[in-house]
Amino acid sequence: MAGESGGECNRTNAFVVSARKRTMQKVAKKAGESMLFAVASFVAVIVLFIFYFVARDAVPFFQIRGFTEFFTSSNWYPADDPGEFGALAIIYGSLMVTFGSALIAVPMGVAAAICLSDILPFSIRQYAKPVIEMLAAIPSVAFGFFALVVLAPLLQNNGGPMLMWAWWILVSPFMLLTVIVLSDLLTAKIIEPKRRQQMHIFLLILFSFLSIFMLFKVGTVLYGIQILSGTNALNVSIILSFMALPTIVSVSEDALQAVGRDIREGSYALGATRAETILKTVLPAGSSGILAAVILGIMRALGETMVVWMASGNSSQIPEPWFNYLQSIRTLTATIAGDMGEADQVTGSARFHVLFAMGLLLLVISFVSNLISERIVVRQRKILSGQ
Amino acid sequence: MIKKISLFVVLLAVILSMTASAAVTSLVLDGSTTVGPIAKTFAAYFTKKYRVPVNVSESGSGNGAKSLINGSCTIATMSRAMKAAEIAAARQKGVNPVASIVALDGLAMVVHPANPVRSLTKAQITSIYRGTITNWREVGGPNARIVVLQRESNSGTEESFKELVIGKGVQITGSAETQSSNGSLKSRVSTTLSAIGFLGHGFVDGSVKAIAVNGVFPTVAAVKNGSYPVSRPLYFYTNGQPVGVVKQFVDLPNSADGKRMITELGFINR
Repeated sequence: MAGESGGECNRTNAFVVSARKRTMQKVAKKAGESMLFAVASFVAVIVLFIFYFVARDAVPFFQIRGFTEFFTSSNWYPADDPGEFGALAIIYGSLMVTFGSALIAVPMGVAAAICLSDILPFSIRQYAKPVIEMLAAIPSVAFGFFALVVLAPLLQNNGGPMLMWAWWILVSPFMLLTVIVLSDLLTAKIIEPKRRQQMHIFLLILFSFLSIFMLFKVGTVLYGIQILSGTNALNVSIILSFMALPTIVSVSEDALQAVGRDIREGSYALGATRAETILKTVLPAGSSGILAAVILGIMRALGETMVVWMASGNSSQIPEPWFNYLQSIRTLTATIAGDMGEADQVTGSARFHVLFAMGLLLLVISFVSNLISERIVVRQRKILSGQ
Repeated sequence: MIKKISLFVVLLAVILSMTASAAVTSLVLDGSTTVGPIAKTFAAYFTKKYRVPVNVSESGSGNGAKSLINGSCTIATMSRAMKAAEIAAARQKGVNPVASIVALDGLAMVVHPANPVRSLTKAQITSIYRGTITNWREVGGPNARIVVLQRESNSGTEESFKELVIGKGVQITGSAETQSSNGSLKSRVSTTLSAIGFLGHGFVDGSVKAIAVNGVFPTVAAVKNGSYPVSRPLYFYTNGQPVGVVKQFVDLPNSADGKRMITELGFINR
């Protein structure tokens, strides 16, 4: 009898929870939630704290030296007595390599993401994506070592031919496209089919010759270039673009995947070709995600320190002319890394605080660009959802 | 998983206890990359002979001074003398830096082995680093722009170069490239045809060419008798007069074994 009643009790227990157990569950739920909340807010607080502490040590610099010198002069002699703290060339160097790496990494990364998500068969994609993501696992000091020991001498010894081949390989597909599209457009207005065809062929041949001539001409100019020092903005831009690539590819591929099969099939159902589907349906639909990927990649390039410290040459100068990627430059991150050792209160406070001013500037740049990208993403989402 | 975590905790505890007892049973050296090879060789020798662990890090002379002032190292290795400001800061923290000379080091001006230039005067070197001479043609070389290499501001070698060659208060041109160690500067010079840079004498090997300064090549004899114009002493700095194990270590350069190691590394006994 006792056993029977015990079994009864157990059976009911499985469905109806005793009051004590219910409070226990409630407490556990509250505890879990508050712990998650604490962790989440902890991260936010850390960001605020970083901002606060960097700003706290950056402000004294502007109090001592003012804003004009820092932003307008490119004389960087922090170790002298009295020191000069013109960071214009350094800020310019940072922006220059970031722009350069974006110029290489963004088209390549987005193209690779499209290829992965819409063109390659699933079986290949399964292997290709992890391989690309593996690039992110290579430590930056290894990239820096490669840039310094392999790429820099290579650029010095074979810089001209390398530039020429890069020009040919990168530009000829675009040229081909332009030639075809241009001759199509120019002959579109001719009504008579036979004449149009003749004209079309004539223009195709003409433009092909023109573009090959141009490719060849610029190629020979590039071939003649002698790169004096391999540790320059170009070297750093190339390496940084490799470092930004996995982020851009991986995140934008996820964004393109998220667009969904139904939208693609809708596009095909309307009679669009694969190219039209990718260009006019999938890309616009995934554009906010791609933008986020690009911003992440650019931030990676802007914040990277080890590679630029090893391979940029670290000359505090604005190249001459200003777009010359073949001269060495110096970036904000590398300056902070390189000058931090000697600079503390012992050796004069402006020299110490100027590095924090640079850190604050980097923080502000990434904060602003994050904000802008967030805005664009939100707006894009609104447009796409038809609001 | 738990096993891993416990392993990690044990490791952490070991590391912590090591750093905590550092002052008593082990030596911590920090500072110049130039003194680095000597410090590391001495450390290996010392650990083997006296069973005292020695940690060596190379973060630049300035950092070495800082570490000594902050009490995070027992011996600061420096390729320049402490500055007045650093000594003042040390005094303020109750640290009394005492120098002892380890060895002498010539600062060699180095170029690519294929560069025909064999000798430069101090004035020419100064003009090159100020950016008033920009082509090798102007100093008897081929028609090529000079790639000027210097060290970062942490470096005692950079400090010594400024003091001994171009003079204090002269600004090095903004187009000069900055390298973060003797090793990377050497690798840049050995791969760049038109580069010029400066290295500690111990770092010069067949991959670069040391040139004469004011007509004198940086040989051991020339540094020792003072005829080579760009040489300097290398220091061990301790907090107060060294005693016990620290004294044993600091006195190594005076022993026969110490002298042999210094010579083998390409430095010069005082």
